Amino acid sequence: MILASQVWTEVFWTSAIAGGLLAGVPLMFTALGEAISERAGVLNIGLEGMMLAGAYCGFLGAYYANTQWAGYLTGIGAGMLTSLIMVVLCVWLGLDQIVVGIAITLGGEGITSVLYQTRFSTVEPRLGAVPTNPIPLLDRIPLLGKAINGQFPLFSQPLVVYLGLAFAVLLTWIFNSTNIGLNLRAAGEKPEALDAAGVSVVATRSYAVLATGALAGLGGAYLAIAGTGGFQPFLTQGQGFMAIVIAMLARGRPIAVVVFSLMFGIALSLSTLLQLAGINLSTEVVNMLPFAAIILALILFARRAYLPPALALPYVRGAR
Amino acid sequence: MSSETAAREGPVAAPRHRPARSVRLERILDVVIRSIVPVVLALVAGGVLLLALGRNPLTFYGNIWVGGVQGTAWQDSAIRMAPFLLIAAGLVLIFRANIWNLGYNGQFLLAAAFVAGYAPTLVTEVPLWLAFVTLFLLAGAVGAIWTLVPALLKARFGTNEIITTLMMSFIAIDLASILIKGPYHDATTPLPQTAVIPFEKMLPSIPGTRIHVGLLVAFAAILVVHYVLTRTAWGLRLQVMGANPRAARHFGIDLPRLIVVSFLASGFLVGLAAAADILGLWGYIRTGWNPAYGDTIIPFVFLARLNALAVVPFIAFFSVLSTGGDLAAQEASLPTDFLLVLVGLILLFMTVIEYLGRRRELGASYLPPGLRQALRAPLLRRRKAA
Repeated sequence: MILASQVWTEVFWTSAIAGGLLAGVPLMFTALGEAISERAGVLNIGLEGMMLAGAYCGFLGAYYANTQWAGYLTGIGAGMLTSLIMVVLCVWLGLDQIVVGIAITLGGEGITSVLYQTRFSTVEPRLGAVPTNPIPLLDRIPLLGKAINGQFPLFSQPLVVYLGLAFAVLLTWIFNSTNIGLNLRAAGEKPEALDAAGVSVVATRSYAVLATGALAGLGGAYLAIAGTGGFQPFLTQGQGFMAIVIAMLARGRPIAVVVFSLMFGIALSLSTLLQLAGINLSTEVVNMLPFAAIILALILFARRAYLPPALALPYVRGAR
Repeated sequence: MSSETAAREGPVAAPRHRPARSVRLERILDVVIRSIVPVVLALVAGGVLLLALGRNPLTFYGNIWVGGVQGTAWQDSAIRMAPFLLIAAGLVLIFRANIWNLGYNGQFLLAAAFVAGYAPTLVTEVPLWLAFVTLFLLAGAVGAIWTLVPALLKARFGTNEIITTLMMSFIAIDLASILIKGPYHDATTPLPQTAVIPFEKMLPSIPGTRIHVGLLVAFAAILVVHYVLTRTAWGLRLQVMGANPRAARHFGIDLPRLIVVSFLASGFLVGLAAAADILGLWGYIRTGWNPAYGDTIIPFVFLARLNALAVVPFIAFFSVLSTGGDLAAQEASLPTDFLLVLVGLILLFMTVIEYLGRRRELGASYLPPGLRQALRAPLLRRRKAA
């Protein structure tokens, strides 16, 4: 009993934070991307497909080039390529964002599954461990600095995680204090005004969607490279949709996106946590929890979720 | 007014215009082309992908014909049509209201779990017809109830239903699995599955075929949905809401109530699909079974322009594609997920063709003004420089 309570206090909390971070970072990248495109007025239902494209190509990059960075770069590239479909069809031609989004999700699921299974199904290769960068001094804190069952210790994360957190801060600054941020917001709130001010709505939204694709691809790549150490068909399991909810609940504020992502990351990593705490729940219940948490959050904060008025509406100059 | 003048001037203007029948024929032809071209393009693009994967596309598509139509295979395709059509009916209804119920997978699977759980005992203890009616209603009720949370959130707070239905769907899939392992588990086997309905107690076949009567239920549902949407006041209200919610409110339509009711109806139809599939084809359910019928049907519902009757030929085509696709994918040693790629491609080509058709109708350029400007600008500049 004494041992059990020790487990509860020490390892449990360390593991909760570290596991939440590990599972939350892909969500964070993707949700930051969705925050950008939602602000600009493009609802990106195809996020799941972009994540999967990023995860598969990121896995390929990391596998063949043998460094995680190649993987992240190919992941970003794949995400941007996928989002290019959305840019052309939804932003330039003004087609239905939801239909195209569904198409991207279905196509992304199908093609990554087919490619992986035709090429790797017999081998199922694993990627090597990802090198981490400890933060000097902080990593020597006795409890939080330790590595527990394969998760990165809290203060010794892969470099890309620090970069992601820094990016969230940068994004807050961009949103609130720069012309780019103002343009993005105007494209979502009142595109006519942006157009009247002489800034191209189409260009603004195009860059926003490309950025979303890049971030979703990076999120997927991180999931494959650092999260699971390999690719499987349907690897993301609805995380793209969770990211949309996170962006919605965070009302497009990057710091809030980070906080929500880590919370949902903890929900996603619950299965290991509960095992540590000695609670035996069936895997189904554990799988259900993050989605139940989202529904609960939506019920509780339904009033406070905010979406820009011009979301999911194509902009056609001169149309009312 | 304008139609009257047109009628009066009709004979006079006749030499210049083509006769009415040819115009109408042209319009029908236009619709047919717009519906079929995306499918053809997707099949071609899929063929290119097959080539890239080192497979022979002609053999692949040939095998689809062999596995989906030839001999008695068409009956397998027809059996698959029953749940497809019922789900399609549910989707047509709710998409007409411009509401996106994307939680069909969860609604289907949960209803299927309930049916498979109660059917084995029910079919032996009460008259068979009563058991079937009860089970169909039960499945419909389960599907409907599962849409309630998204419906209420949408009606009360306007919460995006795409997200809520998807989240509820993920929950339902796990919940179904819990039910199958727990209360509905067949004690005689260690496998995580429900008891099997005795073969002679399944839905009867249409005489002379192996096709179960679930297909007739599906056709009936399609007719009912079509009737409701095109011939009743409720259907009109639904479509007004879908076309313009603000106008609907000014019109005095109780939007929240209409949203909830249309959600319930959609969930009910998806639930019926589960009952038809379990009672007619499978007879039991195992954990991890998630056919995700709805995902692959969506493009065909759009291609049919949300017209319940037009859905039937498309679903028939897709039933063949999916039945034969199983064999073809197996022969080519590809995962059946390849069909998802085809479906995604059909959706993409459909939106593009639709766009081009709309521009053509308006007599406008195929490029949007902004893009045309952007493409033309360098040319103009060069001309100016010269």
